Amino acid sequence: MLWYTGKRILQMIPVFFGATFLIYFMVFSLPGDPIAALFGDRPPAPSVIAQIRAEYNLDKPFIVQYFLYIGGLFQGDLGTTYSGRPVADVMASAFPITARLALLALVFEAFAGVLVGLIAGLRKGKWFDATALVVSLLLISVPTFVVGFVLQYVFGIQLGWFRPTVSGDAPWGELVLPAIVLASVSFAYIVRLTRASVADNLNADFVRTATAKGLSRRRVVTVHVLRNSLVPVVTYLGVDLGALMVGAIVTEGIFNINGVGGTVYRAVTLGEGPTVVSFIAVMVIIFVVANLLVDLLYAALDPRIRYAK
Amino acid sequence: MSLPVTDAATSRYDSSHEPLLQIRDLEVGFQTQRGLVPAVRGVDLTLYAGQTLAIVGESGSGKSTTAQSIIDLLPGTGKVTAGQILFEGRDLTTLSAREIQEVRGNLIGYVPQDPMSNLNPVWSIGFQVEEAIKANNIAQGKEARLRTIQVLQEAGLSDAGDRLKQFPHQFSGGMRQRVLIGIGLSSRPKLLIADEPTSALDVTVQRQILDHLGTLTRDYGTSVLFITHDLGLAAERAEQLVVMYKGKVVESGPSQQILANPQHPYTQRLVAAAPSLASRRIQAVKTHDSVEGEIFAQGAIDNTLLERAAERENAAPAKDLISVRNVSKVYRIRKQGFRTDELKAVNDVSFSVQKGTTTALVGESGSGKSTVAKLLLKLESITSGDIEFDGHDVSALKGAELLKFRRRVQPVFQDPYGSLDPQYSVGNTIAEPLLAHKVGTARERQMRVLELLDQVSLPASTRYRYPSELSGGQRQRIAIARALALKPDVLVLDEAVSALDVLVQGQILNLLTELQTELGLTYLFITHDLAVVRLVADNVCVMRKGQIIESATTDEVFDNPRETYTQDLLAAIPGGNFEFGR
Repeated sequence: MLWYTGKRILQMIPVFFGATFLIYFMVFSLPGDPIAALFGDRPPAPSVIAQIRAEYNLDKPFIVQYFLYIGGLFQGDLGTTYSGRPVADVMASAFPITARLALLALVFEAFAGVLVGLIAGLRKGKWFDATALVVSLLLISVPTFVVGFVLQYVFGIQLGWFRPTVSGDAPWGELVLPAIVLASVSFAYIVRLTRASVADNLNADFVRTATAKGLSRRRVVTVHVLRNSLVPVVTYLGVDLGALMVGAIVTEGIFNINGVGGTVYRAVTLGEGPTVVSFIAVMVIIFVVANLLVDLLYAALDPRIRYAK
Repeated sequence: MSLPVTDAATSRYDSSHEPLLQIRDLEVGFQTQRGLVPAVRGVDLTLYAGQTLAIVGESGSGKSTTAQSIIDLLPGTGKVTAGQILFEGRDLTTLSAREIQEVRGNLIGYVPQDPMSNLNPVWSIGFQVEEAIKANNIAQGKEARLRTIQVLQEAGLSDAGDRLKQFPHQFSGGMRQRVLIGIGLSSRPKLLIADEPTSALDVTVQRQILDHLGTLTRDYGTSVLFITHDLGLAAERAEQLVVMYKGKVVESGPSQQILANPQHPYTQRLVAAAPSLASRRIQAVKTHDSVEGEIFAQGAIDNTLLERAAERENAAPAKDLISVRNVSKVYRIRKQGFRTDELKAVNDVSFSVQKGTTTALVGESGSGKSTVAKLLLKLESITSGDIEFDGHDVSALKGAELLKFRRRVQPVFQDPYGSLDPQYSVGNTIAEPLLAHKVGTARERQMRVLELLDQVSLPASTRYRYPSELSGGQRQRIAIARALALKPDVLVLDEAVSALDVLVQGQILNLLTELQTELGLTYLFITHDLAVVRLVADNVCVMRKGQIIESATTDEVFDNPRETYTQDLLAAIPGGNFEFGR
């Protein structure tokens, strides 16, 4: 297991370089001049532009730019945004907010999704199951921003249960509604996944044997059905973390949250290479680490899986 | 029920004349979209304390459904629709969910059929046994742990203490079945329902486990309700027999009496088809010449078999079609870290097969017999030695040569449920090899499919149907038709009849024999079932731990087995020493 973990961590090195290089390249190839865009309708003197270009290394070839950036990275310098703010500062303010949002969403979809899926699976074909299926289908087919605006209008404005927009430092309480919106699609998938898995396992021979042993229904369900059903759900959660980070761009837009999503979106439109790449690199690392954790959790849930090599 | 463990047994023997279990007029149905489908249609049976009763029947006869309805384990929409199940005078069908939960495990133990799927893969063995002990309030806490070890040791796992933390996948099938038996008997129930407890196991393991189960239940005075499709097994293990057919009891009474003198036509057919018995017949016919041949016509095995048996004796020695010389196959198994272990799956095996004959490879699971088949089919590479097919070295074949070889040697596998693509119609399945090898036009392929369906005795309309709509026997016929599509010379039959009921098994063996005479096929027949070997094989190779330990003509092996292992295998055939009527 230790060997396996070590190997997976080593694998992160090429993933890191590959991802940063690709993203840097894509930002570099975006059409338009980022510096000209900074000044709007009245272009500054060519000497000013040349000075700014030199300051941000934009006058050098792409590959040199990339290695200058990576070199800075290893000295702890993530570069600066075009407005002169260090990228590290921007990250320090944006990441905690999005991390809170994503964590709330993950917790919500995992607990609520598994609970609803379990009940639906146990009552397959009854009204609860039918309702869960219809609702989850709706959540999957309606775009997140529609769900977002509807929930914002109903719970935020009409009922006034939540603040319709989130304040600057984004406290936990105000993030509940955005987290539910962010989690809605994944929640629907988890409901369906759990439901199918539970219904399958209910028919398994070992569940019948467990019943024949004289165990109570509750114990059979929690000990023998639920744990076996969680294996595919856990795998899904790992992959889903990436989807949550992407989804955060839309959700943060709706609720006016100053998180990673909004920052990256603005940086992409401005063509700020270092900002985009730094953010994405951190996201990639989070994603890879999360997947490693999922794989380890997977082995803990299912003893048949052992990572030998 | 918390009887002290040590003296639990004795008190149960003094049975009053009240039966322990009495099933009256039981009817069970399954709710489907087309209404209620009856599975059990009026079953009566009576079991006294300390007795063993076997329900015999083929799959779909309702025998398992009957057993499961006793402790309300019916799957899905199954429901008892009429009748009574009296256990110690109490009607179990009227109990509430909580009351029946008290009965399960505690008063009535259950040992299921398939040890592979009946233990939860994600919990340790110790956990799953201890859970049963705690649920039935036999012991709690530390005592429960000790009791768990005791239960497993009684069930025949001597090193139970060290293996509690292991998981089911680290146990062999036989070991798992012992665990399940331990669970079933952990609370010393008055009745044990054993639903085909050994049909997934090798014959020798089967015998050990059934012997052990017999000893345990005798010691504890437990009554046993034994469900099986194997008549020989039932006769050997139970005093009372109930024969079920299509949801009804067709015959019941003392085992000896039923086997010696079956009354109902179905029971007569079952007795006649039991392979262990039929194989004896061939022998009898051959030694006393053909006077008793008439008896045979009533069995599922055709007269052609007899003729073939005679032919075999006079057959002129032909050229070897397949010769396997000193073949070994070594698998590397990864251990922790970088170390690897070598596993010799096949170790220095040599044999040859003449054209038009059948050679059987016999052995228990893990003996390497299926690996030999894979090597011959060139599905795995040989580590050392060589296999020659019709004068060509198989391992050297490439490209067009290899394709030609594949056309001439075709496999049929064990599981007719797994080896057919559920999304392919039967016609497409059979035509696929033709398509893959670009044989003929679409129309010619259609004609060939019809011809093949006819050869395996299926109606032409079968080509539009899908595997899920067919029975196990029909599916195996289709698998054979597919294998025959390219007009091969050799069929490698890997446990091709092991998953089938006896009557169906007889039909398929018959079909194979007919096809062999008709098409001059050569068979390599891989099986763990010696009784079947007797019916079809000319030569037998007995395999053990990757080596061929005995190889001779079928008659020699059966009449004068040299190796003790072969003798053990022969002795383990259920009902082998039993006097059957006809």
